Amino acid sequence: MAKEMRIEGRELLRKSSVYLILILLLLTFSILSPRFLTASNLINVLLQTSIVAMLAIGQTVVMLTAGIDLSVGMVGILCGAIAAGLATGYGFGLNLGTVPAFLLTLILGSVIGGVSGLLIVFGNLPPFVATLAMMAVARGLTLVFTQGKPIAGLPEDFVFVGSGSVLGIPFPVILLFVAVVLAYLLLARTAFGLHIYAIGGNKEMARLAGVNVRRVELGAYIISGLTAAFAGLILTGRLASAQPNVGAELNLESIAACVLGGTSLFGGTGNVLKTIVGALIMGTLANGMNLLGIPSYPQLVIKGLVFIAAVTLDILSTRKRA
Amino acid sequence: MAEEKKITTDEILLEMKGISKSFPGVQALKNVDFVLRRGEIHGLVGENGAGKTTLMRILTGVLPKDSGTIILKGKPVHIENPRHAQLLGISVIHQELSVLPNLTVGQNIMLGREPRSFLPFLVDWKKLYRASLEHLQRLNVDIDPRTPISELSVAQRQMVEIARALSFKADIIVMDEPTSALTEKEIESLFSLMRSLREQGISIIFISHKLEEIFSIVDRVTVLRDGALVGSMPISEVKTEEVVKMMVGRELGEMFPKDSVPQKEVVLSVRNLKRGKELRGVSFDLRRGEILGLAGLVGSGRTFVARAIFGADPLEEGEILIEGKKVHIGSPQEAISLGIGFLPEDRKAQGLFLGLPLSHNIGITGLKRLSLFGVVIFRKLKELALNFVNKLRIRTPNISQLVRNLSGGTQQKVILARWLSLKPRILILDEPTRGIDVGAKAEIHAIMSELAKEGVAILMISSELPEVLGVSDRILVMHEGRIVGEFTREEATQDRIMLCATGGANNG
Repeated sequence: MAKEMRIEGRELLRKSSVYLILILLLLTFSILSPRFLTASNLINVLLQTSIVAMLAIGQTVVMLTAGIDLSVGMVGILCGAIAAGLATGYGFGLNLGTVPAFLLTLILGSVIGGVSGLLIVFGNLPPFVATLAMMAVARGLTLVFTQGKPIAGLPEDFVFVGSGSVLGIPFPVILLFVAVVLAYLLLARTAFGLHIYAIGGNKEMARLAGVNVRRVELGAYIISGLTAAFAGLILTGRLASAQPNVGAELNLESIAACVLGGTSLFGGTGNVLKTIVGALIMGTLANGMNLLGIPSYPQLVIKGLVFIAAVTLDILSTRKRA
Repeated sequence: MAEEKKITTDEILLEMKGISKSFPGVQALKNVDFVLRRGEIHGLVGENGAGKTTLMRILTGVLPKDSGTIILKGKPVHIENPRHAQLLGISVIHQELSVLPNLTVGQNIMLGREPRSFLPFLVDWKKLYRASLEHLQRLNVDIDPRTPISELSVAQRQMVEIARALSFKADIIVMDEPTSALTEKEIESLFSLMRSLREQGISIIFISHKLEEIFSIVDRVTVLRDGALVGSMPISEVKTEEVVKMMVGRELGEMFPKDSVPQKEVVLSVRNLKRGKELRGVSFDLRRGEILGLAGLVGSGRTFVARAIFGADPLEEGEILIEGKKVHIGSPQEAISLGIGFLPEDRKAQGLFLGLPLSHNIGITGLKRLSLFGVVIFRKLKELALNFVNKLRIRTPNISQLVRNLSGGTQQKVILARWLSLKPRILILDEPTRGIDVGAKAEIHAIMSELAKEGVAILMISSELPEVLGVSDRILVMHEGRIVGEFTREEATQDRIMLCATGGANNG
């Protein structure tokens, strides 16, 4: 009896550890810095988190299938640059305005995700390899397109996507909220979502049960490309310009958010809500360290260490269950 | 044509006629006939490698047959793949469970056929759980379909699999060793479930190594041996001993030359080895120059004995003594340094580096002795390899040949050479001749005999009874994690060992 309760207790701890870590972080920073626990700063945390969180939504879907998308950060940057070009007349020489530029860019992101997916599903490339290659391609295209220089002079409605707010709530946070709700419904309510989990649990068994494994996997990478494009648009809007040389750590942060949120690297378990909490942990950590005056270079080291800790925990807990 | 007018109780549901299947080098099935009637539990028995699993894999669409016909409900069918078999009403409950642990019970039962709601991409969860509850209730199983599989016991997971099979309107369910992971009580409830399925007109093909189970549940039994049908009859018309005889039935030839004599000195003693369900208190002695055969069915715990002695799995209880001294073996490295060698069962997965040359494969565990300040001296490695190529008559064009390109028997000799290069006192061989041809088998047996003469103590695990009988000085039989029988070379017969191994006798 006592043993059972201990096991249940441990299980509960494992399931809710992501929330505990976030609460612990919030408490720590509240004590260490008087400026941390203010409405404006908390909104700031949400705002800072929104880009990584957006990337992490697609990443979660991919990771649930036991895959990984290493291209999300660079695909986002590429999409941001292309959108900036289309909205300002740079590069292509035609100024489409913000909304058509956005739509085309979102399609572009989905297509890039789809190409990765096709390579994985039909070319049998390991997801790691296909998306690593796609990361290089996206970064190269960004540099070719921008000539390595920022694209500035974005229209006001473009900038609004990253910096505007409605009723005091930053627009990126609203976008993120909508995306989370949609992704949650997709995973929890649709057959597609169920099949994502089934594939991550055991691909062969899912296939034998009649799941169209290829189509579902392809769908996962398309979604990842789409959320990457959204994240790229938000980032570009926030910076009020397309910056070709940012975003190096976005991949790591998106994967870290998923793993912190309990999405298994081996597929099959996890959900978007916890991923968002994972992203908030990363965001809170960055924000708190900024307030404490820790310079940005050591911050990166700390983020790397947090990532290692999260992955180690994932591997340990998977082993225990097996 | 007369069959068409059979009465329902004797209705033939499935007929497999003249099924043959060969794999490279092996004729797995030779012209096998199998007849299944509606509403019967049909036992399928035979030694390891007799062809039971191959026959069932053909029936369930996992493997294509080479020749023969399958007639289902009077119509010839061509079963293309497992999915097709399911749609035809043939389902399998596997030995290893195949439910998805990360989904709920209901999701597992209805996977791939989820009921949809007003929008075609949305799952109607209420309907899904209601339908799966109905399937569970039909089995009289009290499990909430919303429970995640990971919270269920093995037995409960099996029930979910059966419910899933029924949801396909299965009328044939193949159960491959379904009891191997269950407790006594769980087996009882599985059996009563099987009986109630039989009453509903469902036919069950039940594969089990445990003859007690066969005799307590099946209506008919079919015996296979070496890929051929030996007989099929109502269970009431045979006795356990007769079935055993049909299963083994081979004559021992002159295949096993035996000229080594064990000495008195005990090299290895294990006392009361315990580890979960696999080892429930195993004790024995192994003498210098002795070949000790460890017989038993797959899953009886033989390999775990070997792994425990070799330090590959931690022990929960028990002790190991080498030459009278108590030792603690915490890892394979420690075992090796104590002079223990282990030739694992699955050569490719556990023993050989297929992409490396023969010489490296032989030298890899003894690299320390072949190197100076951590740098391997390749001249020494070459000498070592050449030495063993000659000694064991390893057939290879040269010592830099990649192991991948060598035959199974030659590969086995390469691993043997690796262990011999360490000059072990104790050698554990797990299925040393599985899957290799007769000639290479005899050569390996000769090498074993040679080693025994030199004083090496050999523990040999083998599922081939003629091999166990022919090579061993003494034979231990395992059943469910215990040693249930011990025979001298003179006492042992195939029937006596088989009876012990299937739990049919207590010779302990």
